[in-house]
Parts: sequence; structure tokens; C-alpha cells
Amino acid sequence: MRADLAIIAELINPGARVLDLGCGEGELLAHLQDTKQVNGYGLEIDPDNIATCINKGVNVIEQNLDQGLDNFASKSFDMVVMTETLQSVRAPDLMLDDMLRIGEECIVTFPNFGYWRCRMHIVLRGRMPIARHLPYSWYDTPNIHLCTFRDFERLCRDKGIRIIERLVANADHVNRPLMSLFPNFFGAIAFYRLGSGSG
Amino acid sequence: MSDQARADSVGLVIPEVYRHEAPFVLQCGETLDGFELVYETYGELNKQANNAILVCHALSGNHHAAGFHEPTESRPGWWDSCIGPGKPIDTQQFFVVSLNNLGGCHGSTGPCSINPQTGSAFGPDFPLVTVSDWVRSQTQLADHLGIQQFAAVIGGSLGGMQAMQWAIDFPDRLRAAVLIACAAKLSAQNIAFNEIARQAILTDPEFHEGRYREQGKNPDIGLMLARMLGHVTYLSDDGMRQKFGRELKSGDLSLGHDVEFQVESYLHHQGRSFSKQFDANTYLLMTRTLDYFDPARAFEDDLVVALSNALCKFLVISFTTDWRFPVVRSKEIVDALIKAQKNVASAVIESDRGHDSFLLQIPRYFEVLSAFMKRLQPGVIDAR
Repeated sequence: MRADLAIIAELINPGARVLDLGCGEGELLAHLQDTKQVNGYGLEIDPDNIATCINKGVNVIEQNLDQGLDNFASKSFDMVVMTETLQSVRAPDLMLDDMLRIGEECIVTFPNFGYWRCRMHIVLRGRMPIARHLPYSWYDTPNIHLCTFRDFERLCRDKGIRIIERLVANADHVNRPLMSLFPNFFGAIAFYRLGSGSG
Repeated sequence: MSDQARADSVGLVIPEVYRHEAPFVLQCGETLDGFELVYETYGELNKQANNAILVCHALSGNHHAAGFHEPTESRPGWWDSCIGPGKPIDTQQFFVVSLNNLGGCHGSTGPCSINPQTGSAFGPDFPLVTVSDWVRSQTQLADHLGIQQFAAVIGGSLGGMQAMQWAIDFPDRLRAAVLIACAAKLSAQNIAFNEIARQAILTDPEFHEGRYREQGKNPDIGLMLARMLGHVTYLSDDGMRQKFGRELKSGDLSLGHDVEFQVESYLHHQGRSFSKQFDANTYLLMTRTLDYFDPARAFEDDLVVALSNALCKFLVISFTTDWRFPVVRSKEIVDALIKAQKNVASAVIESDRGHDSFLLQIPRYFEVLSAFMKRLQPGVIDAR
């Protein structure tokens, strides 16, 4: 199983109701269903992934996240998960609102634009960064809303979103000591567990 | 039947008849003294009787879903592309049952049958049947065949509505429901099209208030118009443009009132052949059955509550250019199933062929259906 999904799976309680936004080939939900009796649904836009999910017995719904999540009732899930997708939706701030409306908590992961290699690309080469965790060229990237960890945490503060937990890792989803000291410089990917501010 | 068709086909099939001998009370309050259902089966029922699939037909369909009745038959059953060895509904794994619904005109008891109380054909007096009545009659057939629980009930359009009704009315008698290009109820536009079709038949001078057979007549024109109209709603604008464009039947424009364009010729052909095969009273009856379908009605118009008793898992498939039962109508069903916390998968298939897509061999459609069906095979552990 993909290392990042293994990290997320650790954060989810057995028997939880899980909504996976952008579930890809359904790997996370299949794993959670098999090991934690999780009752989940996955939303996916790529037609090629739908049959793959069905093959795994995953409840996959073919739906474009950018067309809204009005079809999901408030507080109808324990956990709403979005893996490396937040940076490619049309309105990440509104998406976060919706995720916390639907779920008691949510988990988001995204690539850090403040990672030191990204900074070097811009400062030394004067070019848009291409790195292992950001492999696209500027003209073909689906990542239309890249941010740094610091940007994201500022947004959470402004919106009153509670950061319950944060894990920082490199492109291989492994945590190294320096990342904890200077996450926004040495961390490539972050896992945030979020809750509504009042909780 | 070509060699190729023979190779991946269920081959020659012989329809059978189930006779229900007891009175059968319909939802409308009327009682049939008994009824007959004509049906076909493909594949073998296993010892545990847990590999059975029920295929429900749409408005103008019948029991002949796969294979050939005669070696010389030019066209196989209506869903032969999907049912057979190695096909999405794999007859090497499943025992498939396909019937002609009550009220039909292809061998099951319907308006063309003799009313035992009068000794003459029911004609327009055949009572209204609902989708619930159909489903209940189908359980009788299942009992007769020794099937307590279907692995899946599958249908497109009106057939999908039957699968949905199964999940609501008999939750423990199916493990999966496959709803293709259908809706939880008809829209005003759907009903409007049905009403125009009915009026075409009812106002045909040869209709004779439904007693056309006694007069040796048939409302051919009305049936033809009904079918032509229906056909337009089954296709899409893009699909028609690609298939016919503005192609002329022959050479130059004659600037007259005769059939000029290919699309006209096609619709005339479809309408004419339909009027030879389909009974007008059955058409009136089945469009009414469609109009009345609304399983949420019994649950204060709440589809979520209606579906909350279901125990099976669902697959919901829709097609991008279907404007008879568009993608959004399938989405209503999916949303209700999620709210009711049911296991459901959904796919929106890109197709330019409109509502008719559900009858066509579209690679991604069949890939999704195959993936879902594989997990329903006996022996495939699916704890979910």
C-alpha cells in the first residue's frame, strides 16, 4: 500500500464512516474496509478509475468535486479524506468548509511549495519548481492552487479551523528529524487532521 | 446465425411458460384469476441456487434477451451483447432469467389474452399493472424456479425501475440491484411524451376503443407515430446528426412533401415494423405503468426512506447524452442511496447515443458492469 495512505489509515478509527474525495483506484477505502470495517464512499472523476474501484468492492461515485458536495448531508461522516487533491480543486477554501460541514473531522494532504528544493528552483534558476512531489511542468500541471504549509495554516487560522494533528514527510512519506524543526523548509508533504474551530 | 454469433452466444433458446394458478390481486384492486409468464433462461442454476440473475425488460422489450429462437433468425435477443459466455452477465457463472412482463404482448398474460370471465380477449379491459405488481409476479416465477435470492436484479430504463422496486419490496430476495439509465419517477416531460404517444394510438380511427382485433383491424398509424416519437427521445441530437445528418434518401432535393431525408426514412421504418410487432393496448398499459412508477410516494415522497429497507448493494449507471432519463435523474437515486447509507457505486458513461446507450456495447459501460458482476459470482467472497 502507498506509504501516504498507510499514514492516513492510522488516523482513522475502526468502524468509522469515511468519505474519500478523489479516491483514485480506491486503495485507501479497500484497505480500511478490509482491516477496520470502515463504511465508506469514494468520489472520483477519472472514468478509468471507476471500474478499478468497483473491482475492489469500493463504493465509488463518479462525481466532479468542483461541482460541489451539496449531495452530502452535514455531519454525515466521521472522517472526510482528501489526498493530494486540495491543490487542484477550483476553490480550496470553500472545499475545506464543505469537508468540515460533512465530516466531524477531515484529513488533507498536499505538497509543500515552500519545500527547500522548490525555493531553490525559483531563487537560483528562476524557474517554476519541478520536484518528486511536484512532477509537472507549469503548463500541464493540475495543481492550480499550490501553497506552503505556512500559507495553509494561515488559512486555517483565518477560517477558525482547528489543526488537531500535523505530520510532515518527504516525498517518500518518511519523516526526518529536521522536518519537525523546520517543516516549511524541509517537509515535502504534510498530513493535516482538522476539526471545526468550536470543537 | 453466423459462426461468430454462435461462438459467444447462449445459442438456441426455447421460451418456457410459468402458469400461476391462484388469484392474483393487483395494486389497482382488480384480481386476475391467474396468469402466465413466458420466460427464457440462460446458463445453469447451481446447487445452492445462489447464482441466479433476473433481467427485467424496458417498455417495448420482452423475454427474448439473448440467443436465437431459430438457427435462421437474423437478430439475437435484445441484450445478446451483454448476456452470454464471457460477457458482462456471464452465463458460465450465472443462471439468467428473462421474462415478458404481465400485460405484455409476447406470450405473457396481457390485453391479447383471453379473459376467462368473458371468453374473449381482455383488450382495453386488461387491468392496470404497476411495477410493484410486476415485481410480485416475478417473485412467483422465482419461487417456481427454486430461487430464493437473486445474485442480482438488473435492468435498463423501465427495467431499472423494476430492479429498484425489488430492492424496496423484497429486500432479502436480492444481493444486488443494477439500475441503468433509469429514474426514481418520471418527470412531467417524460409523462408528456408518453401522453402524446397514447393520444396517437387512441385517436387512430382503427383503434375502435381498443377492440381493434375483433374488427380485424389494427391502429398501425397510431402505433407508428408513438414509436417514432419514442425513438426520437431515445436518441440524442448529436447521435442523430452523426447517424443521419441531412443525408437525402436519393440524389437531389425534390422540394416536395414525401420522405426526403434519411432520418425520416429511418423513423418510418422503425415505426412501421413496431406497429406489426407490438400490441396497442399493451403500449397504452406499459406507458401508464411507467407514469405511475414512484416508489417514494408510499413513503411521504421521501426516496431516502423508501430505499432505507433495502439490503442489497447497488450499481447505478447513466449516459451523458441520455435526455429521456438524464444523468441527473440517476444522481438523485445515488444521492438517496448514500443518505440511506446503502452500498452503491455509480458510473456516468460518455456516449453520444442517448437513452439507447443502455442497449449498446460501449466498452467502458461493459467494463464497469463486468467489474461489478464479477464480485457477485458465487465463491467470490464479498463481505461488504
